[in-house]
Amino acid sequence: MNDYIVDHVEVHVCMGTAGVASGAKEVMIALDEEFEKHGLKNAESKERNCEAKQTGCRGLCARDVLIDVYIPGAEKSITYEHVTAEMVPTIVEEHIVGGNVVEKWAAKKDYFQFYDKQKRYVLADCGRVDPEDLADYVKHGGYEAIKKALTMTPEEVIDEVKASGLRGRGGGGFPTGLKWTFCRGAKTDDHKYLICNADEGDPGAFMDRSIIEGNPHAVIEGMLIAGYAIGCDEGYIYCRAEYPLAIERVIMAIKDAEEAGYLGKGVFGTDYNFKLKLKAGAGAFVCGEETALIASIEGERGMPRPRPPFPAIKGLWDKPSNVNNVETFANLPNIILKGSDWYANIGTEKSKGTKIFALSGKIKSSGLVEVPMGITVRELLFDVGGGIPKKRKFKAVQLGGPSGGCLTPDHLETPIDYDSLIAAGAMMGSGGVVVMDETNCMVNVAQFFLTFTQRESCGKCIPCRIGTKTMLDILDRITTGKGREGDIELLQKVGEDIKTSSLCGLGQTAPNPVLTTIKYFRHEYEAHIHDKKCPARECAELIDFVVVNERCKKCGLCKKACPVDAITWEKKEFAVIDNEKCVKCRECIVNCPFNAID
Amino acid sequence: MAENEVIETEEQQEFDPTMCDEICAKYQDWPGATIPVLQETQDAYGYLFPELVERIADDMNMSPHQIYGVITFYAQFYTKPRGKYIIRVCRGTACHVQGSGRISEIVKEEFGIGDGETTADVKFTLEEVSCIGACGMSPVIMINNSTYGNLKPEDARKIFKDYASLPDEG
Ligand SMILES: Cc1cc2nc3c(=O)[nH]c(=O)nc-3n(C[C@H](O)[C@H](O)[C@H](O)COP(=O)(O)O)c2cc1C
Ligand code: SF4
Ligand code: SF4
Ligand code: FES
Ligand code: FES
Repeated sequence: MNDYIVDHVEVHVCMGTAGVASGAKEVMIALDEEFEKHGLKNAESKERNCEAKQTGCRGLCARDVLIDVYIPGAEKSITYEHVTAEMVPTIVEEHIVGGNVVEKWAAKKDYFQFYDKQKRYVLADCGRVDPEDLADYVKHGGYEAIKKALTMTPEEVIDEVKASGLRGRGGGGFPTGLKWTFCRGAKTDDHKYLICNADEGDPGAFMDRSIIEGNPHAVIEGMLIAGYAIGCDEGYIYCRAEYPLAIERVIMAIKDAEEAGYLGKGVFGTDYNFKLKLKAGAGAFVCGEETALIASIEGERGMPRPRPPFPAIKGLWDKPSNVNNVETFANLPNIILKGSDWYANIGTEKSKGTKIFALSGKIKSSGLVEVPMGITVRELLFDVGGGIPKKRKFKAVQLGGPSGGCLTPDHLETPIDYDSLIAAGAMMGSGGVVVMDETNCMVNVAQFFLTFTQRESCGKCIPCRIGTKTMLDILDRITTGKGREGDIELLQKVGEDIKTSSLCGLGQTAPNPVLTTIKYFRHEYEAHIHDKKCPARECAELIDFVVVNERCKKCGLCKKACPVDAITWEKKEFAVIDNEKCVKCRECIVNCPFNAID
Repeated sequence: MAENEVIETEEQQEFDPTMCDEICAKYQDWPGATIPVLQETQDAYGYLFPELVERIADDMNMSPHQIYGVITFYAQFYTKPRGKYIIRVCRGTACHVQGSGRISEIVKEEFGIGDGETTADVKFTLEEVSCIGACGMSPVIMINNSTYGNLKPEDARKIFKDYASLPDEG
């Protein structure tokens, strides 16, 4: 992050959701107070003017509050992690006034390792520009791409996007330029609509949220480019209601862009008109599916509609419409500015550019990363993500959320691109990456995802509505020790039925987590069914809650963890669990470093 | 007019429809405004009680039946009063893998409410939600607008007890 030049002291404070939750507002206030105190808020003089600036999420939320100190002429910026308001006076006094970095709080090698193998193009400005300040975006090259696009013909813009090889980031991976040609070619008497899908339903992913919160103008600029290329005059950003900060920032950004003449009638003085509105969702996962999303914007129940007709021909209010994902739009300014050749150089033959992933679960540096397509699973998890914490073993990684599948240690060398992942039984999906270690039960994971899709099924198709319930009932009995002979085969059969006979992608993919965990972890299902054991010791009904003396190292950590005092332990003695008192909360298992409780 | 058709009962809610009318008027020329209208009226009145829904239907020239169709489809519309404190337990994937199921259980232990339920004193409502976008600090809960992350189950219990002991004014 050293290509950011300042002419006065700037302190960037992470104000992403996690930043704010960790006290970023208090840090901002403290910085301002300290600057005031030291007479460093003098706008007249560059030497005596220090600015505390809010920025978006930079991806390493586990270390929030994160701040960067930029001092003019300094060799590099300094990042501090886990900052609290109490630490601010010292940082200002010693570092900004005194010129000595507060080493004990400064980020170390492991922080920078997280960024080493990343290629941050879409997220380049997240964590650098103030998302609530249009001028700051413009200062960093914002809205140059749309200006350039407006000097090209719409066809030229489409050709450029086609040549870049960009594929949709919303899950399906459909070539973006090609999609645009359908809507561009469609006939209409009046309007064509452009829709930004910011519904981000995958329950373990927040890429789109971070882009919008961190750099809303990049999404608006991408939409302006797409709208010009396709010939749309109206656009909607459909954002999940669960993202209040993102909604607030989009509304503000739209307003500022309108006032600046970048949106509305005669964009940048040309005869291109583009009006943009925000629609907040109301809590239904299926609304991420494009036809359901369109129904929801129309004010209806968000139920998917059969395709064809495709939205490109008959979409919002029966007019030609084009739906793309947030990240797809956010890729466009770079493609137009730097050119399709530049873009097509990143990634693999059929998957170009970078992809943003949300790393979570049992991984050291959980957070948001942007990496070139084609990076291997190993590089993503171990080099970027820092590997598995607590010296535990890597067991599986789930890609693609509730529609996706899992990969195992055997797949560590698999390149992450659309086609290799499908070949391995997973999918890119929107970019959720959930890492599991040996203490995670794969039957439980499958049950978790199916619970989600079952609840979110809109109910229109019987196989989706009833079939997922049937599968869930089977999983419930397996995880509670009532599994029967033949259950695995039954799950596979019902799963295949649902996949082939559902209308929309929700039903068509809902069985995937179950089917892939059966494929790779069949033995774990069998242990639940035949031996009534959960090898990962996650399913409480299948755990005995006894301390195995051979493994117990007499550390007493389980006793400390138990909320109901069910464990007796003395120094140099084995721990003993009183099963009368035990409430099966599993705290002792989680906290025992030696896996000594069965 | 709907007012004449409704039979007055004991439970009949007295309410001032001004805000409702204003919101509906604002969206008169918006195509497909049902969802934003419901969102704003719900924000204004707390929840969507029958008389309010009737009024919205009236204002928007729709049938209450149509409006209920929309209300029941979306998780974020409520037809019952909700607690002063909304406890949102994240049940997204990252939080699940880090043990958020246990936190829901603790809410149940402390307040006796499950997902979507409200305590009798209308103080707490439990809502299990999918990813709230702070996976880096999972497991995560929100109580109204405050987010708490990296929660151990017993820390969560302590936070709940703290809220429970807050005085009941206002
Ligand atoms: C059940 C379901 C949920 C979906 N959720 C999302 C979502 O949250 N965000 C998204 O961009 N696309 C989602 N999609 C995919 C969209 O239907 C659509 O393909 C996508 O928005 C197109 O954008 P793209 O071409 O830029 O990828 C979902 C699809 C299904 C079947
Ligand atoms: S597959 Fe499921 S979610 Fe999709 S339309 Fe059918 S019932 Fe609804
Ligand atoms: S499972 Fe929970 S209650 Fe039972 S012994 Fe372990 S920590 Fe104590
Ligand atoms: S919110 Fe601060 S790094 Fe993500
Ligand atoms: S899964 Fe809980 S915050 Fe993302």
